Amino acid sequence: MKAAPFRYARPASIAEACAALAEHGSDAKLIAGGQSLVPMMAMRLARPAWLIDIGRIAELQRIEIGEDFVSLGAGVKQRTVERHAELRERLPLLMKALAWVGHPQTRNRGTVGGSIVHADPAAEIPLVACALDAVLELRDAAGTCGMPAREFFLAPMVSAITPAQCLVAVRFPVWNASRIGSAFEEVSIRQGDFALASACAQIALDDGGRVQRATLGVGGAAPIPQALPAVAELLLGHAPEHLLLEKVAAAAAEAIEPEGDLHAPAEYRRELARVLTRRVLERATR
Amino acid sequence: MTRSIALEITVNGTRRSGSVEPRTTLVDFLREHLGLTGTHVGCEHGVCGACSILLDGVPVRSCLMYAVQADSCSVTTIEGLSRADGTPGALQDAFCETHALQCGYCTPGMVIAAHALLEENGSPSEAEIREALSGNLCRCTGYVQIVEAVQLAAARRREHGIGS
Repeated sequence: MKAAPFRYARPASIAEACAALAEHGSDAKLIAGGQSLVPMMAMRLARPAWLIDIGRIAELQRIEIGEDFVSLGAGVKQRTVERHAELRERLPLLMKALAWVGHPQTRNRGTVGGSIVHADPAAEIPLVACALDAVLELRDAAGTCGMPAREFFLAPMVSAITPAQCLVAVRFPVWNASRIGSAFEEVSIRQGDFALASACAQIALDDGGRVQRATLGVGGAAPIPQALPAVAELLLGHAPEHLLLEKVAAAAAEAIEPEGDLHAPAEYRRELARVLTRRVLERATR
Repeated sequence: MTRSIALEITVNGTRRSGSVEPRTTLVDFLREHLGLTGTHVGCEHGVCGACSILLDGVPVRSCLMYAVQADSCSVTTIEGLSRADGTPGALQDAFCETHALQCGYCTPGMVIAAHALLEENGSPSEAEIREALSGNLCRCTGYVQIVEAVQLAAARRREHGIGS
């Protein structure tokens, strides 16, 4: 369980990190918190020739709180987000999801961006990024581009990032409505293990108690984290009554294509997705 | 072999320097290079928590980082939690008194995680204790006495006016 030999560089800026990626291409991996990459290297599922340590680059630690968005530097630690009072208020769904991410000790090192680029289909932060329609800022030596999180994830552990790119920041939209509820739920074999299925919702109600805006996501039960905008739309304009929430949860379970594995068969994951979706809808509209 | 890299880490208050291959994990550096074998190596891929240490005061798994990543940081290991004369610290005493260990393999990690909790929250609820220790596996005790140990240590700290 020892990593294969590699060479190590610790660039001082994003530009230097991108230059190193341009030079070494797919022989290099970026490391920040390392809470996913180090185990993969220990098991030799990953064998980079170069490890580029971006964990101390100040530009990646920036937190910007705007009128209708929050931008989190890719290197911001999960721990930092958890303990940030203003972020708790602005990104309640992300806060609720973080409680399910690994354990306190891994959240103390793990970063927001690291969880996203790792692209585990059971991971919580990618699911929240998709559900909230976050935009990922990707940089390489040639320049910066923005990519919606909903287009970033392609398959389990596969994303649209190129070997030359560094995820720099994640821009989450912030809703400004008077009544906003959110909820995150998951089921795993033991707390902190990978989710067999997870669901999240954020819902805004108008003064009459009808759904004004809604987003919904299901994770773990499909090859990529999935936002379900067409399903969430079924809620719009209606009071969140029990029968409607049941119907929407059933539609969410139908909209995903779970895969079975040794932990749980596909139909079990679909059922979990239905039950968890109903629960998050109930809690987000209570 | 790849080229070794020089590093300097403050360990339990003392500056220690060394030269390591980049792939040397922090726990291997502590154990093999510095001889601090109090930190245990369990799973080596971030599941069991036996290798927990404090990095700049915050509990992390020392098998999930390379020693070079800790260059110029401050590390506290289980050895750093004992009293000045080398006898066990108050939290360790509480573990002994409540029989919070059997084989002892997970204990250094448990004590580190519990210490970090008490530094941040002097009056943790049982749920908060269990959450703080959720990343540390014990195969002997069933955790009940470990929770009791942390509660006992927390009560004693409050009596002595440490934390609140």
